[in-house]
Amino acid sequence: MTMQPLNRLQTAWRAAQDINDGMIVNLGLGMPVFVADYLRPEVDVFIQSENGVIGAGPLAPPDRVDTDLVDAGSRRITVRPGAAFVDSSWSFAMIRGGHVDLAILGAFEVAANGDLANWDMRLPNKGPLVGGAMDLAACSRSVWVLMEHVTRKGAPRLLDTCTLPLTALGCVKRVYTDLAIVDVTPTGMLVREILSGLSEADLRARTGAPLTFAPDCRPLVAPAIALPD
Amino acid sequence: MPIEKRAASAAEALADVSDGATVFISGFGGAGFPNVLIRALRDRGPKNLTLVVNSATHRYSYTHELIEAGLVRKVVCTAARGHSKEPSSFERLWMDGKIELECIPQGTFTERIRAGGAGIPAFYTPVGLGTELAKGKEVRSFQGRDYVLECAMKGDLALVRADTADRYGNLAFRYAQMNFGPVMAAAATLAVAEVRAVLDEPMPHERVQLPGVYVDRVVAVTA
Repeated sequence: MTMQPLNRLQTAWRAAQDINDGMIVNLGLGMPVFVADYLRPEVDVFIQSENGVIGAGPLAPPDRVDTDLVDAGSRRITVRPGAAFVDSSWSFAMIRGGHVDLAILGAFEVAANGDLANWDMRLPNKGPLVGGAMDLAACSRSVWVLMEHVTRKGAPRLLDTCTLPLTALGCVKRVYTDLAIVDVTPTGMLVREILSGLSEADLRARTGAPLTFAPDCRPLVAPAIALPD
Repeated sequence: MPIEKRAASAAEALADVSDGATVFISGFGGAGFPNVLIRALRDRGPKNLTLVVNSATHRYSYTHELIEAGLVRKVVCTAARGHSKEPSSFERLWMDGKIELECIPQGTFTERIRAGGAGIPAFYTPVGLGTELAKGKEVRSFQGRDYVLECAMKGDLALVRADTADRYGNLAFRYAQMNFGPVMAAAATLAVAEVRAVLDEPMPHERVQLPGVYVDRVVAVTA
C-alpha cells in the first residue's frame, strides 16, 4: 500500500461531506459522533440524540458544563439554536416513526444484504448493552455505518453473513471504512470509492463478501487530521 | 381537603414500599438520576425488587447500591454493561446466576412503560425483528412488513428526578432530565419525584411538563 488508511477522524470527515442540508441525523457512539465536527459550513442540520435532545451541539467547554445537558453517550454537551427537549418515549417515537433522516452507527459486522451487527460482541465478564441501537437501525430512514474495514486481527467486517448477534435486518445503506466507501445494493456490495494506491484485489482480500466496483469508482481521499494523543 | 403532595423527606415518601415491588428508576447519562430517593430506598431495604432502569449501573447513578445491598432479584434494562474492565456489581451477580436480566431495546423499553400508563396492554413494533431480543415473541405482518408484539409494563413505584414541583405534584424538568420520568410516573402505582425546589405557589401553567395527576409525592432535596 502506498497510502495510509484513513484514521478514525478522517473517516468521520469523509462521511460528513455527504450529509445534506436540512437533515435530522443521529450519531452513534464511537467514530460517528465525530462526524458533527466536520459538517460542511453551508449545511444546517439537527442532530438528534435519543435521550431526548433535538439539536445537540458541540461538547460543553469546562466552564459551561451542565450535568442535566448530556447526549446519548453521557457526554456533557451544548445545544444549537432552535433545539428542543422531549422525553424518551417521544424521542423513540420520532425514530420509529421515520422522522430521523439518517443514523450513522458504528458496527462490528455488516452483511452483503445490509444486516447489521453492532450491539453485542459477547465480551467475557461483561453484560449486554443494546441501548437505542436496534431502534435506530431498524427505523431510521437511512443507515450509514462507520467502521474499520477489518478487525484488529485482520479479519474482514464486511461479510456474506454476520457471525455476531444481529441488530437489525437489511438496514445498512452505505459503509464508510478506512479503505473504501461501499454501498449496500439489492445486488450486493458496490464500491464507490477506494483508497488511492489500494488495488481492487487488495480490497477484495480484506472483504468477506463479493464486491462490484462502480464504473465511476473514485479515489477515497481526506485532508490530514491528526488524532488526539 | 386541599391536595398536598409535598413529603417532608425521602424516607417518609418511601415509607410504604414493600418487598417484591417493581421499581422504575428514571435518569440517563447523568441527567435525571433520583439519587436521593435511590439511597432512601436502599435504607428502607425492601427485598426481591425488580428494577426497571435504563442502565443497570451507571457511574453517575446509585443503583449499584441497591444491587450491592442484595435488594434486587431482577433487572429490566437496555444497558447491563459496567464502565470498567472489572465486572460491575451487577455483572458479577448476573454471571453467578444470582440476579435475573431482561435486556431490551431502548425504544421498546420506554414504549412498554408508556403503554403501561396509557391503558395499552401490548403493541407491535418493527424493532428487534430477526434478532435474539425478539426470540419467541409473536410476529405479525401489517401492510407487508413484520412487527414484534411487546407487552406493556406497570410498576409499583417510580422514582423520578425533576427540577421544580409544586404542592399539586406538577413537575418541570431541566434540559435532558426528562428522559423516562413522565412515562415511569404514569405507569407506576406510586410515583415519587425528587426536585431541586418545591415552589410555594402553584407552578405557572405554561411551565408544567408533567401534570401532578401522574405524581403522588414530591420531595425537595439539596443534592
